Amino acid sequence: MQYETVIGLEVHTELSTKSKIFCSCTTQFGGEANTHVCPVCAGLPGALPVLNAEVVERAVRAGLATHCTITRDNKFDRKNYFYPDLPKAYQISQLYFPICTDGYVELASGKRVRLREIHMEEDAGKLTHDPYADASLADYNRCGVPLLEIVTQPDISCAEEAVETVEKLRAILQYTNVSDGKMQEGSLRADVNLSVRPKGSQTLGTRTEMKNINSLRAIARAIEAEAERQIDLIESGGAVTQETRRWDDDAGESYAMRSKEDAQDYKYYPDPDLPPIHISEADIERIAESMPELPEAKKQRYMTELGLPAYDTNLLTSDLALVRLFEATAKAVSDPPSPADYKEASNWILGEVLRLASETATLPENFAFSPHSLAKLIRLVKSNTINRNTAKKVFKEVFAADTDPEAYVKEHNLAMTTDADAIRAAVEAVLAANEKSVKEYKSGKAQALQYLIGQSMKALKGKAPAPEVKALLEALLR
Amino acid sequence: MTVDSTIVTYLENLARIRLTDTEREKCTDDLQRIISYFDELDAVDTEDVLPLSHAFEQVNITRLDEVLPSFPTEAILQNAPRQKDNCFLVQRTVE
Ligand SMILES: [Zn+2]
Repeated sequence: MQYETVIGLEVHTELSTKSKIFCSCTTQFGGEANTHVCPVCAGLPGALPVLNAEVVERAVRAGLATHCTITRDNKFDRKNYFYPDLPKAYQISQLYFPICTDGYVELASGKRVRLREIHMEEDAGKLTHDPYADASLADYNRCGVPLLEIVTQPDISCAEEAVETVEKLRAILQYTNVSDGKMQEGSLRADVNLSVRPKGSQTLGTRTEMKNINSLRAIARAIEAEAERQIDLIESGGAVTQETRRWDDDAGESYAMRSKEDAQDYKYYPDPDLPPIHISEADIERIAESMPELPEAKKQRYMTELGLPAYDTNLLTSDLALVRLFEATAKAVSDPPSPADYKEASNWILGEVLRLASETATLPENFAFSPHSLAKLIRLVKSNTINRNTAKKVFKEVFAADTDPEAYVKEHNLAMTTDADAIRAAVEAVLAANEKSVKEYKSGKAQALQYLIGQSMKALKGKAPAPEVKALLEALLR
Repeated sequence: MTVDSTIVTYLENLARIRLTDTEREKCTDDLQRIISYFDELDAVDTEDVLPLSHAFEQVNITRLDEVLPSFPTEAILQNAPRQKDNCFLVQRTVE
């Protein structure tokens, strides 16, 4: 039988505010255990949480960027459960009136993945197992860091679509400065709800939920493995159990969590400590006006105004760090940049930059080189000071340590010869030494010229402009 | 609504507490009386009344996004029954 997979995502993103959602502790990543904690986020009795206005601001921005309706009357609810990463024994979240509802993100195919809601909530602390004490160590530094939970409808039908949805969301969150989107620091993680059903069926199968997956690759792998597991189960006469599973990316498989799922009754109720939040029409208008250019709009502009191909713009706009690098580089080549400067900056970034980034496993936000250095290198090629091959070698140094390309070219004597007499002397020497090839060329064998160009370039140590050498050879052989 | 021993046991589990038989009996009785108050509310016509989540009319109480010093770790860990490496040492959590 043919099956189809039905996937919904819950994407959690930590907001890049300076302070926590209900207290003034820093949200800074890292730090010694329990050093970013106060009575509010430690859940001490009598402490009064006060909402960080910036969290509302950013939630609205995320909502507007994903075509959501903004809820005017917001309140917070307590989600009650016992777990040692949550010192209050409840998480402050929004159940009844989430701040944004009914939006969507559009995939490259034109398909829209609908968003059911976006709500504000607080993150929990971190537990690590201590094998010596056979106990868990609780660090509450992350406790109270603001989160947005973005919930999609079950509109996703494969791993690729799921990854693209997360990528689009990440780009939108980065562009709008809602979150830094750093998956490796847990700023962005996803729960995957998945079920399978016979192809064409209208009823949904029993779904499982895989929690806290924190890389795009792991999301794709988890989806493929879980769909296969469910299909195998059904094919062999079994049934899928509704349960929460943990994806072990190293093992490449998921396993059911031994949690007390049966007791999952959160007894939600409005948090009496936090008065409602009214968002006015004027607030929404002000935020809408201050919205930066979004990925989709930028992509369109790159194509129509800068004349970049669709594939290139897709890659460039998928990551805000790449966008910033691209725009700053082009501007540093010449201000304002010409279409050729944009094209050249794009080619370098999508070519050498991303190649070295993947080779060294460096994320765009951690690049060591400045746009100015890349621009200098581009100018060296543009002015024929060095050729492309040399430029690629120089860029390795730029990429590794932000080496000044001009100084490097000078120091290693890599600049091309501009001395026409020297070039002529070298070419004439090559012709004299290769009579056979000269004869072949004159008798109509065109590829002999390539050989002569190669020999000439070799004699000039690659430091002469190839078109010039070719033209000179052709003239001398005429 | 009738509060019976099934509901009380369920609540015990949710609250992670164990009641003695005497306590359970008293609790059932207390809860039954509390729930009965709500039956009175059910009898009132609330057709045009908006749901009330807060007793005061305050709205939009927020703070600016500013960082202030956190508490010293020793102060935060003061009430920890057990501690290690500046962390609360808690019962092992199984995942
Ligand atoms: Zn705090």
